Amino acid sequence: MDGSFILSHVPDYLSGAWVTLRFGLYGVLCSLALGLVCCLLCYFRVPIFHWIAKGYIELARNTPLLVQLFFLYAGLPRVGIRFSAEACAVIGLTFLGGAYMSEAFRSGLESVDRAQVEAGACIGLTAGQNMRYVIFPQALATAIPALFANVIFLIKETSVFSVLAMMDLMNVADTLRTSGGRTVEVLFMLIVAYLLILLPVSLLATLVERRLRYAGFGDQHSV
Amino acid sequence: MADTILRVENVYKSFDGQDVLRGVSLQIREGEVVVIVGPSGCGKSTLLRCINGLETISSGNIFLRDEKISGRTKDLHLVRQKIGMVFQSYDLFPHMKVMDNLLLGPTRALSRPRADVEKEALEMLERVGLKDKAYALPRTLSGGQKQRTALVRAMLMHPEILLLDEITAALDPEMVSEVLNVVIDLARGGMTMAIVTHEMRFAEAVADRVLFLEDGVVLEEGKPEEFFHTPKTERAQRFLQSFTYASKRGTSEKQSKNNLGD
Repeated sequence: MDGSFILSHVPDYLSGAWVTLRFGLYGVLCSLALGLVCCLLCYFRVPIFHWIAKGYIELARNTPLLVQLFFLYAGLPRVGIRFSAEACAVIGLTFLGGAYMSEAFRSGLESVDRAQVEAGACIGLTAGQNMRYVIFPQALATAIPALFANVIFLIKETSVFSVLAMMDLMNVADTLRTSGGRTVEVLFMLIVAYLLILLPVSLLATLVERRLRYAGFGDQHSV
Repeated sequence: MADTILRVENVYKSFDGQDVLRGVSLQIREGEVVVIVGPSGCGKSTLLRCINGLETISSGNIFLRDEKISGRTKDLHLVRQKIGMVFQSYDLFPHMKVMDNLLLGPTRALSRPRADVEKEALEMLERVGLKDKAYALPRTLSGGQKQRTALVRAMLMHPEILLLDEITAALDPEMVSEVLNVVIDLARGGMTMAIVTHEMRFAEAVADRVLFLEDGVVLEEGKPEEFFHTPKTERAQRFLQSFTYASKRGTSEKQSKNNLGD
């Protein structure tokens, strides 16, 4: 392996990592918001909207991100709707991620003991207050591992952004590889770059999970 | 005669075509303690759950102080603010300290100022012997302490009536009395209550009136001293007998036979 080649291209990877991280993060945050809205629509069985949410979730989960991005970037302009590559990236990732986040939140909500819901109702809370103070905090504690898994999954999925001609990590590496031919060094750096981004996320997930466990969140055995 | 707080009229409830309540009627006056007993599956818990709308009734009417509360879907939380309920499984909120469990209803549902409620909560905790646990997490409490906390949580809403659904059924025997003494204290303080229990001696001690529920109907109703000692129906007699045991050495009748045999 050629060390000087690697060192000389660190700035390229840094700019690629910045694109991956930035748009990955936008997508993750929007996914969390969309997922939360969808799962609440389903939980409260909001007329009509909960069917829309269910339909969306199935559509998003059962089509590849690559296809979704093509649809946004190449399909929609044919009917006059045109987004920038960056907007397509965030919208696409949110479309995919919202469905996964919604399912993670749902699994958390379903894990909350029915008796807890009734106990909240019995002290006269409205359904919304009950959700906010009693149900959701417990659901979130259970959903944390699934939510973090989704975050990591979505950041990895940003590698598809290269089809939008965005210079994310994947595209930086691909460009270097096809122009310079140093495949081993290029791919080695690519893997290291993804690890440097995602290992801290995994570590954070572990820390948060441990903290929640020690705090006694989601403690189900009540005797 | 004190005002009627709760009026249940000819209530039916069925689950999947199976009738659980078959025309139950009862009235509870202000300050009255009504104990509901009966074999398991007779509909006792269902009756309590119907009263505060955790179950919807199939037919009949339920009134709280002349206001019809059955059959409504809107603003059910306003009704539940006036009806306290405590369950067998305590159901404290595990992610909140004892104090936050207590404050949630009064501060959020009733919008009372936090400082006021906290002061009142500390007084109530002291009365039930839990002042030192005010800022502990529920999982660090014993079953009896959890249930006393649950009682305080319900009482802090200042309900018109308190429904207790087998609140000692999950407790170790030595913790039963610490919880039931709190209930007796509440009864002395004039709290209106409907209590479902299997603790017959407690029932006799606390009740103003006993209802015997069997197969979804009120089979017998009376003062505790009458019901527990001279039950009118044969079914109630058999039910009460199931709480007594024949001695190991057999009945006195058998013993006398043995004596003759000698």
